[in-house]
Amino acid sequence: MGSYIFRRLLLAIPTLIGVSILVFGMVRLLPGCPAVAIAGVHATPEFIRQVRQDLGLDKRLDLQYFLFMRRLIRGDIGISTRTSRPVTTEIWDRFPPTVELTVASMLIAMIIGINAGIVSAVKPYSIFDNTSMFGALFGVSVPVFWLGLMLMLLFSVILGWLPSAGRGTMAHLILPSITLGVASAAVNARMTRSCMLDVLHQDYIRTAHAKGLREQVVIIKHALKNAVIPVITILGLQFGILLGGAVLTETVFAWPGVGRLLVDSILARDHPVVQGTVLLLAVIFVFINLFTDLLYSLFDPRIRYE
Amino acid sequence: MSRANKSTAAPDSSPRQLSPSQQAWHQLKRNRMAIIGLVIIIVLLLCAIFAPLLTPHDPLRGSLRYARQGVSWQSPLGRDDLGRDILTRILHGARNSIFIGLIAVAIGIVIGVPIGAASGYYGGAIDLVTQRFIDIMLAFPGILLAIAIVSTLGVGLQNVMIAIGIASIPIYVRLIRSSVLTIREQDYIAAAKATGSSDLRIILRHVLPNCIGPLIVQSTLQIATAILWAAGLGFLGLGAQPPMPEWGAMLSRGRVFIRVAPHITIFPGLAIMLSVLGFNLLGDGLRDALDPRMKKI
Repeated sequence: MGSYIFRRLLLAIPTLIGVSILVFGMVRLLPGCPAVAIAGVHATPEFIRQVRQDLGLDKRLDLQYFLFMRRLIRGDIGISTRTSRPVTTEIWDRFPPTVELTVASMLIAMIIGINAGIVSAVKPYSIFDNTSMFGALFGVSVPVFWLGLMLMLLFSVILGWLPSAGRGTMAHLILPSITLGVASAAVNARMTRSCMLDVLHQDYIRTAHAKGLREQVVIIKHALKNAVIPVITILGLQFGILLGGAVLTETVFAWPGVGRLLVDSILARDHPVVQGTVLLLAVIFVFINLFTDLLYSLFDPRIRYE
Repeated sequence: MSRANKSTAAPDSSPRQLSPSQQAWHQLKRNRMAIIGLVIIIVLLLCAIFAPLLTPHDPLRGSLRYARQGVSWQSPLGRDDLGRDILTRILHGARNSIFIGLIAVAIGIVIGVPIGAASGYYGGAIDLVTQRFIDIMLAFPGILLAIAIVSTLGVGLQNVMIAIGIASIPIYVRLIRSSVLTIREQDYIAAAKATGSSDLRIILRHVLPNCIGPLIVQSTLQIATAILWAAGLGFLGLGAQPPMPEWGAMLSRGRVFIRVAPHITIFPGLAIMLSVLGFNLLGDGLRDALDPRMKKI
């Protein structure tokens, strides 16, 4: 297991370096001078000169990248042109709300998705199965931002039960996390259903029934344990969809997270913050994928010995 | 000669002589959901093509006299905040959405398929480098890669198409590569090599035609994703700019008036959802029809 973890960690390094090169290139590829882009259009000539020197724009491209990386390792991604605060501070303030939102959505997606998938598979083509599979189809097709607005319209504007925007109490978290979780719940439900259907036809399930075990025990202990493995493998992918969807959901509900920060920064041409946010989200995603791979190998020992 | 004789001599055994695409169509016809998807797509295409003929209104010009007017006989879906007819704008928006979907998928195929084919067919260093590069692109979760590309290229509909197209390249590379890896080991490839066919000829004539099935399925589903993402970028203000009729941007505009005129937000969203649903249903149906393992023998 130890060597497997080590190998997987090693494989992540080229990916992370590649990500850093792309993020470094994002600003270099902008039309016009990178120093002006970084410093902001309204910056003073002295400040632009300062930035030009910091970035090493007079030096060769590989040296510029080296400087970028050296600053990055020290935790310096630059200064926001909008707020003049360090990018790391900006992102740090917005990070907890995004974690809160994505984790809540992930929980909703797993609880609803896996349960719906189990019940559907145990009674295939029943009314419940048809309804939940139609719901799953709806879930993967509905635009997350529209779903959010419709939930807001129903529960905040018409019924007045829940707050429509902002963050603070648990009530604020309900609508955004459901909005963001629906698509993943749909994917989980479809995946669990098809894996459960496969497993339920295996010989060891018949054996379990034959030796007189109760239906619940067979389903939970014998079937589900094997059926959730493929669901776990796509958890990393799911988390990626959640992180991407968070950008849209945070915009709908004025949720003060990293996604909203990214969009605001793009619209304001605040390039250092854009760079920092994109980098952070990509790095998180790489590590989550790594983590799910390791989790997968823990559940399914065959993977480790490939 | 002999083939012609067979098909005329035994008309009752015709199902067995259907070409693979005919078999797939027969399979697809029996799938009710896929047909619903196909009907949605055809209606959408007709709306896009005949948009100017279907309503008497101008998609870009309205009268403030009718601003935020609700559902009426003249405007079945109501008017937006500038008094423009929403149905007209949705019909014209269909043009943009279909166009974005097709162009984005085309970019993904044109770049992704050759890379995937070369990566799978040659293996070795080419494969290694390609796969590491794909890993890097896949490190940007979901719509984020498209957002990052748009932030560099600048906002606008054209850049959205390019961004979504580029973001879909990894999917095609992976898909074609894995198909090629299995096909590469087949006997007929060895036979083609033995008869002295060049690599290019083998890839074009023997390998790629066998990847067509998964490619069609993936592209259908990918159009759905492209429509969804383009609307998302439009909603964020990174896509189509006003006054262009684009579903995501329309929805975003209506958001401010959700308390007083929810119809401005509701209908463009329904249009997005129905189109995405159509392509998803057809894609799922095609997967069942084109996947040989699912076929009835």
